[in-house]
Amino acid sequence: MESIVGPYRDREIARKLVEKIREEAKLIDEIRIMHVCGTHEDTITRSGIRSLLPENVKVVSGPGCPVCITPVEDIVKMMEIVRNAREEGEEIILTTFGDMYKIPTPGGSFADLRGEGYDVRIVYSIFDSYKIARENPDKTVVHFSPGFETTTAPAAGMLNVVAQEGIENFKIYSVHRLTPQGIEVLVKQKSRIDALIDAGHVSTIIGVKGWEFLSERYGIPQVIAGFEPNDVLMAILLLVRMYREGDSRVVNEYRRAVKYEGNVVAQKLIDNFFEVVDAKWRALGVFPGTGLEVRKEWKELEIRTHYNPKVPRLPDLEKGCLCGAVLRGLAMPTDCPHFGKTCTPRHPVGPCMVSYEGTCQIFYKYGALF
Amino acid sequence: MCLATIARVLEVNREKGTAWVDFGGVRREARIDLLPDVRVGEYVLIHTGFIIERVDEETAKEILSAWDEVFRLEKEAVGGYYYPGD
Repeated sequence: MESIVGPYRDREIARKLVEKIREEAKLIDEIRIMHVCGTHEDTITRSGIRSLLPENVKVVSGPGCPVCITPVEDIVKMMEIVRNAREEGEEIILTTFGDMYKIPTPGGSFADLRGEGYDVRIVYSIFDSYKIARENPDKTVVHFSPGFETTTAPAAGMLNVVAQEGIENFKIYSVHRLTPQGIEVLVKQKSRIDALIDAGHVSTIIGVKGWEFLSERYGIPQVIAGFEPNDVLMAILLLVRMYREGDSRVVNEYRRAVKYEGNVVAQKLIDNFFEVVDAKWRALGVFPGTGLEVRKEWKELEIRTHYNPKVPRLPDLEKGCLCGAVLRGLAMPTDCPHFGKTCTPRHPVGPCMVSYEGTCQIFYKYGALF
Repeated sequence: MCLATIARVLEVNREKGTAWVDFGGVRREARIDLLPDVRVGEYVLIHTGFIIERVDEETAKEILSAWDEVFRLEKEAVGGYYYPGD
């Protein structure tokens, strides 16, 4: 395993890549490269990549944190469902991922719901939720299911098993989102994106072909990159060069895990269980054609078919929180008056500080004082 | 959220739809629904308990040697390896 990963962290290779980027950057005015993955932000910040780049090569973070963009209304509605079910004599075990558990809303978090005495459990996998459902046939297990294509695929795989086995006490609440389609909305809204580092594991599912429309329609050069420091440096080098040459294609740097056609089995499962709908992205607004809902023919598997309480429109963020601008790549966490003062991972004000994929938490964790 | 970790497949149970995988010492059960033809001994990527793809060790090595080419030959060498569908 080390033989695969080791050289992608090699210092000498990194030094050469940075040198090449500097040479290449002398030939352009400025480039704004957006990435759309919390794990890329982690690599970039942890390895201090921004500090190595020339000033005219800017790398900004996009909305690559699914729990950060999950609407407050959905979190609050999920909590209402759990309460309503109990009133009607049905016990729900709510499962979700660790970072979703703590996301703050004006109506509290799932952690607060647990504090009220409801059964809320953190799981590592939707497979764990399925196992809980098998072990608790007298209760309904609802998995609150956020995530981009990488996480939607496991959800679809699990729904397939549940449908085949005819399990009746397992449901999901889908807040899945589509990554390239979300970026397209940002582009249409005139966010300046000169080039894109495409999320590696989203690409594992959707393939190179899933990104091509962004290059074809908007002339944006893209590189699908892995998650080691040299993967990201290589992506930046290629993007600066492509930008200079006016070459807008999708280049696959992460070939060790991404195929042109992607994971076709996963795509078929997603398509079988989910359909595309307009969806809100927290702090960003409603993005047409970017959400995934459980298809009507499988509506029994979606908890909102059984309980769908009305939830008022709620403010997305606390006053002064810049999470929205951070998610659009318009602000850095350090621009926010709350950052590191009133807002820390222990007492987060906004969602970008909660998730380990949130740009604010990553900046805080690695002390990005560059 | 889209974090995925490399593991090696130790054992596959197709009937159950799972495999035992080894994350460099730590063993876990993972679902094989998204890669039903996975085989023992392969390196795979695991995301939230599901195998999402096999990792192609040979391609990984090829890319590394291609990087050397990048430094030596500049663009021609790059064009030779990185564009999709070539």
